[in-house]
Parts: sequence; C-alpha cells; structure tokens
Amino acid sequence: MRRTGTVEIVHPRYLGEALCLVADGGRPLAGGTDLFVRVRRGTETAPCLVFVGELEELRGVRETEAGIEIGAAETHAEILAHPATERFAVLRLALRTIGSPAIRAMGTLGGNLANASPSGDGLIPLYLHEARVRLVSIHGTRELAVEEFILGPGKTALRQGELVRSITIPFPRDGAQAYFRKVGRRQALIIAVASLGALVWADDGVIREARLALGSVAPTVVRPRAVERALVNRPLTVKALTELRDALSSAVRPISDLRASADYRRQVAGNLLLDLASG
Amino acid sequence: MTLRFRLNGRAVTVEAPPGRRLLDLLREDLGLTGTKEGCGEGECGACTVLVDGKPRLACLTAAIQAAGKDVLTIEGLASSGRLHPLQEAFIATAGVQCGFCTPGLIMAAYALLQENPRPTRDEIREYLAGNLCRCTGYAQVAEAVERAAERLR
Repeated sequence: MRRTGTVEIVHPRYLGEALCLVADGGRPLAGGTDLFVRVRRGTETAPCLVFVGELEELRGVRETEAGIEIGAAETHAEILAHPATERFAVLRLALRTIGSPAIRAMGTLGGNLANASPSGDGLIPLYLHEARVRLVSIHGTRELAVEEFILGPGKTALRQGELVRSITIPFPRDGAQAYFRKVGRRQALIIAVASLGALVWADDGVIREARLALGSVAPTVVRPRAVERALVNRPLTVKALTELRDALSSAVRPISDLRASADYRRQVAGNLLLDLASG
Repeated sequence: MTLRFRLNGRAVTVEAPPGRRLLDLLREDLGLTGTKEGCGEGECGACTVLVDGKPRLACLTAAIQAAGKDVLTIEGLASSGRLHPLQEAFIATAGVQCGFCTPGLIMAAYALLQENPRPTRDEIREYLAGNLCRCTGYAQVAEAVERAAERLR
C-alpha cells in the first residue's frame, strides 16, 4: 500500500526551535531514506516531521584531542570524504557499502543510530570504536555509549523530545587492521544477511587484541566478547580462526526472515571469522 | 508555502506544501516528467536527480529540501536543444530499451563523471549499483558511460 498524500513537515532554522518541535511530538527527519518511506506507507505516524538535516549544530566533522566528533546530520558521503575520518578505516569501509551513491549522499550517521536497525552498516564501526552518542533536548544534554543507546530493532534510549546531536569516536590505538565484510543476497544495494567488522592488533602474525562486531544476526549489532578474548595470543591464520568458528556461530541470535534463515545466518557469521586471516 | 530554487539553471518559484515529494513537484506541478517514479521507496534509482551537484532520489526528498538549492533533472542536460554526450552514447550503444530507468541512469552517470571523469569499468558498475534496469542489461549502459567519458575529456 502506497500513500500518495503529502507529509506534514516543518523546517526549523535553529536547534532550539527544532527541540521545541520535537518536544511537542514532531519526529526528526534527516536524510529521509528510511523514515520518509515509513511515514508515507503509514507504518509510522507523527503529528509532523521536523527537518533537521541542515541544522548547523548537527553538521560537520571535527577533530578533537581524543578523537573525532561527527554531527548527527552529516551524510555518509560527507563523512567518507572528510580528511578527519582517514584514521578510522573500518568506518570508511562500512559506510562505503551503504546503499548507492544517492543513498549515501542522503542518509546520515545520526539517522542510522536513531533507526537502530540490526543491519545498519554504519553502526558496526561505532561498536568497534566504542563510540558515544550525544543527545540533546530542551532540558539539556546527555551522552551514552552506543551499546547503551541501541536497545533493540528500531528501539533506542532516546527519550521523548530528544535528538541525536553528534557521535564521538575516540582515536584507535595505532596499528589496528580494519576489516569489514557484508554478505547479502546480491551484489548491489545490499541489506546484509550477516556482516562482520573487526579491528585487529597483531604482532608478527599473533593477535594481541581483537574487536569484532556482527550485524543482522541479533536484535542489535553484537560484540562477541568471549570470542574476542579467545582470539588473543592466537596466530592470525585460517587454522587458528577455524577453532573459534563454532563459538562465534553460538554467540549470535539470528532470526529467519525474507532474506535468510536463522541457521544460515549463524553459519555465515562463523565463516566470516575465517576471512580475517585473508583480510 | 512558496518554494524558490534553481531548476536546470533557471530560477523557479512554486507554491507547494513543504512535505510534497520533490518527485511530484517536478512531474506534476512543474510538468517535467523526465524524472520517473519506479519503486517510490529508494530501491530503484529511477528518480535520481542532482541537488547541488550530488545525486539524490526525488521520491525520498521533500520539496522543502530543495528550497534554495540547484536542482538538475534529465531535461536540463539537453536544454540547449542538443543531446548531452551521455544521452548520445546511450542511444549509440543501445543502452536504452524501454527507457524507464534511463533518466535515472543518465543522471547518476552524470554525477559520476562530475566526480571522476575517468572511471574504470568497475567504478562505473559500482557507481550505478543503485539504478536498476529490467531490460537492457548493464553491459551497454557501462559502455555508454565509458564512451561519453571519452568524449567529454
């Protein structure tokens, strides 16, 4: 069912104005690549949409002493092109796989967060880098770790009247190898069946620290911490990784849906681990 | 509300509700039917237009998001009365069959060549990944973009 009616939408000029509108029940709209579709289908209702995509306060990427801060309304394409994101290879690898050039020129990282999709490609690097989410409302600001912010499919810790303002990502320790792979049903415009992102620090082929984040295989992106710990002091070889394949398959909680069965997702999740040795 | 923006190089002023889709504004209010509606939910790329030089899907863009911007549609490519080299190349390689996806493909290809005047075959295929075609197949399309890139250099 497709509605052709017009959506109520307002365009505040300042953050304060936007926060008042959101406090009154308006739904923030940034890139619109998901929300616009849901509102038109009627699966999402709000008295009005508040267009926040061009608010100065939600824009830009800036480098701080500890890392970078990305405005919530910064598009994937802008983040990819910004020199400050060069040190975050896994962020760039993941964002590059989102949709198509037009989708990347529209969709935003803040939108990816607020959407809280288990298959949100942009979320995986945020889990790996242990990013924090800055929220703002007419009552003030607060900050949450990304793992505290996302609670389930489409569910976040956002309170009534709150907006995602920015995302802060700390610089990683030097020497991390970045890895990102998503498996889908086709080659283009993929919504993942399973995806794995990783940061691996290794000396002479031996893993010193590993962070893994899996998408589309649980209600939220997951960090399989027991597997991460078990990787330490193992050689980065297919043989050594194979020993942990089943552990990784057991660490995920996938569902069956139109894209794949839960069993297939579990198997793919385990197999993706072996890929780290060739990445 | 009154919306003002540039459309294919000309200033336009139009009355529209702010939540009207840019797609409907172009096709119904301004009579530019070159931009097509395929899926209406951002999966097919048929409604690709350029906004301030960047590719965008007109079906997922609210009219208010075009305010003050520079919008380029397929009609703007041949505004001088002569076909753009991309349009000529699509014809020459038979990159058009039913033609429904063609305006979106050409606008995406136009955006690619603005960013990267010398794309490889793989870069072309990757850049056009969001534009679905159900009859031509993509080989002739990629060839058309290569040809046009050569002519534009």
